[in-house]
Amino acid sequence: MSETELRTVTRTEARGVTKRFGERLALNDVSFSVAAGELLAIIGPNGAGKTTLLSILGGLLRPDEGSISRPAREIGWVPQQPAVYGKLSVRENLLLFARLERVADPDAAVEAMLEQTGLADRAGDELGRLSGGNQQRVNIAVGLLADPPVLLLDEPSSSLDPRQRERLWEFVEALARDRGTSVVFTTHNVAEAERWADRVLVLADGEVIFTGTPDELRAAEHDEDRTDFEGAFVRFLRERGH
Amino acid sequence: MRDLAAIRFLLRKDLQILRRSKLLVGLLVVYPIAIALLIGVALSRGPDKPKVAFLNQVPLGQTVTNVGGEDIDFAQYADRFFEAIDPIEVHSRSEAIDKVESGDALAALIIPPDIVDRLNGGLGQGEVEVVYNGDAVKQSFVQSTIDAELAKANAALSAKIRDVAVADLRVLTEGGEIHTPLGSENLLGLRTAKEILEATLRVVPEGSSIRPGLEQVDNFANQALIGLDFATPALNAVSKPIEVKSTVLSGSRTPLDAFAVALAVAVSLLFVAVLLASGVLALEREEQAYGRLVRGLVSRGALLAEKIVLAAACAALVSLLMLCGIGALTGVDWGRFGQWLVALAAGGLGCSALGVAIGALAREVRAASLLALLLALPLAFLALVPSGSVSSGLYAVVRVVNAAFPFKPSLQALDAAVNGADPGLVGPALHLLALTVAYGVLARVALRRFTA
Repeated sequence: MSETELRTVTRTEARGVTKRFGERLALNDVSFSVAAGELLAIIGPNGAGKTTLLSILGGLLRPDEGSISRPAREIGWVPQQPAVYGKLSVRENLLLFARLERVADPDAAVEAMLEQTGLADRAGDELGRLSGGNQQRVNIAVGLLADPPVLLLDEPSSSLDPRQRERLWEFVEALARDRGTSVVFTTHNVAEAERWADRVLVLADGEVIFTGTPDELRAAEHDEDRTDFEGAFVRFLRERGH
Repeated sequence: MRDLAAIRFLLRKDLQILRRSKLLVGLLVVYPIAIALLIGVALSRGPDKPKVAFLNQVPLGQTVTNVGGEDIDFAQYADRFFEAIDPIEVHSRSEAIDKVESGDALAALIIPPDIVDRLNGGLGQGEVEVVYNGDAVKQSFVQSTIDAELAKANAALSAKIRDVAVADLRVLTEGGEIHTPLGSENLLGLRTAKEILEATLRVVPEGSSIRPGLEQVDNFANQALIGLDFATPALNAVSKPIEVKSTVLSGSRTPLDAFAVALAVAVSLLFVAVLLASGVLALEREEQAYGRLVRGLVSRGALLAEKIVLAAACAALVSLLMLCGIGALTGVDWGRFGQWLVALAAGGLGCSALGVAIGALAREVRAASLLALLLALPLAFLALVPSGSVSSGLYAVVRVVNAAFPFKPSLQALDAAVNGADPGLVGPALHLLALTVAYGVLARVALRRFTA
């Protein structure tokens, strides 16, 4: 069985994840799974616990209760702000993280990633001089260097213009379809979630209140005519007291 | 092994970033060196001579008096006095006062015309007039300078007069030539007079009417000789009642200018290490890379160790270059070079560990740098507070603070390494290593607590 085939049969699961910050319950018994090659959008109002959930999946935070089925080293993590060094070039950034990730052939991995992300012609440029969109591409490239079976994206398109957003999502969709990478992303842009996600997970006050396809969420709000997904989402939250 | 490789990659990355941050590195090097040199120069040089208006009303050629036949020229005391002040010669009392009021001079010293006559004629003490301006700080400075110089002149005059008095006493007892304003006389001397009396008494018969009178004079001569034997040490005691014998029980015996070298280097070491260590750690969070690093790529402890080693090495290198530069211009002992390295390494580690503890609290480089500066400046100041200058309770607090931070032990280690000062290098070096561990642990706790 090839690696891609292995990925397609492997699910990544979060089981009963609970996290408290002092007295505040940030996540309460959150459970879900994501299949290989699936794009799962986590949406919800501000303070719902989206970034906390992604941080636990990525190994930055430890849950007080519950578990994740994969170790953090098998999960690629792309934070909302580019987590790379502005004074290093694109290639130097990628090479540094490839070495830290203990990639077998760091130079080859970096060249492959430069090609894959379309950054080969900017490889020698200092990162701080690139546009926000290109910095975000490097940010994602770093998360993909170790070829992880799961990729976490925290608000990946928040700083991009529409054209850059389109290119980003085409790239991410290709990752899922062609390489079987599970992609879990958070976003405030519910239209983006509707367009690109296979499933959405609605999180509110630290609890999962919906999991399903965008169409299933519409159906729950009787918006089968596909007129206003964002309106359906807001009504869904309001009817449940959020 | 896994962390060692990560430390190596991160060190290379930080050096690349530093190499491309020329302004930051320039400031990191120039700023502490400038501060260190300023402190060093201020400590090694005394204050400038105070400007003093000087009015000498003693007529020209009348500055010489004769004490016991020996000429004493008061002008030589004026010359010595001018070594301690910067004199502005004036020609009247009103001009002297104008100079003080206008601020041209901090004070005026007026020598009255009759001072030599008063000293010479036994009319009483000679008097000089000193006029100060109203600035308390400056007045204190110039007053202490003038008082000190007048005390020296008084002491020198006393010694001269004592020497003349002792010589005259010797002539009085032993006989010889004595000089007075009226001329020179050859005195018989009490001892010779007594011998003549005793010889006379031996030939005067018992019961002679002149014998009781001669015996009384002989007795007086005897008593006078005994009394005068005590006079010479008594005169010495009066001219210099208290002699100072210095004994240093503990602490540094380093001369001030040599200590200033150690201080300048220690200040440079502190600033470079603390600013760099706090800055490079805060940079990981400012660039958002911290989260990416500690989620399995490198442990928090290894990350802190890398920052400490980097900052300590850079700080030690900058300080070593500074010390070599000072050494090329002054007389440091190059034979102690090995000890310099040990002191710089230990001090660099201690100060860098403090730096990462500061950096662990800050999310931005600017905030970390500000915190580091706010802490480093008072630390350098507190380490220079001498015992006895504050109350014993406050000094105990200062000692505890100095022991809890790495600057004072770094200064002690460098003073020992450069100047061979007490308490030696081993104690401060071990102290610094203990502080390195303590601040490393503190930084580790802070990273876990303040990083979300």
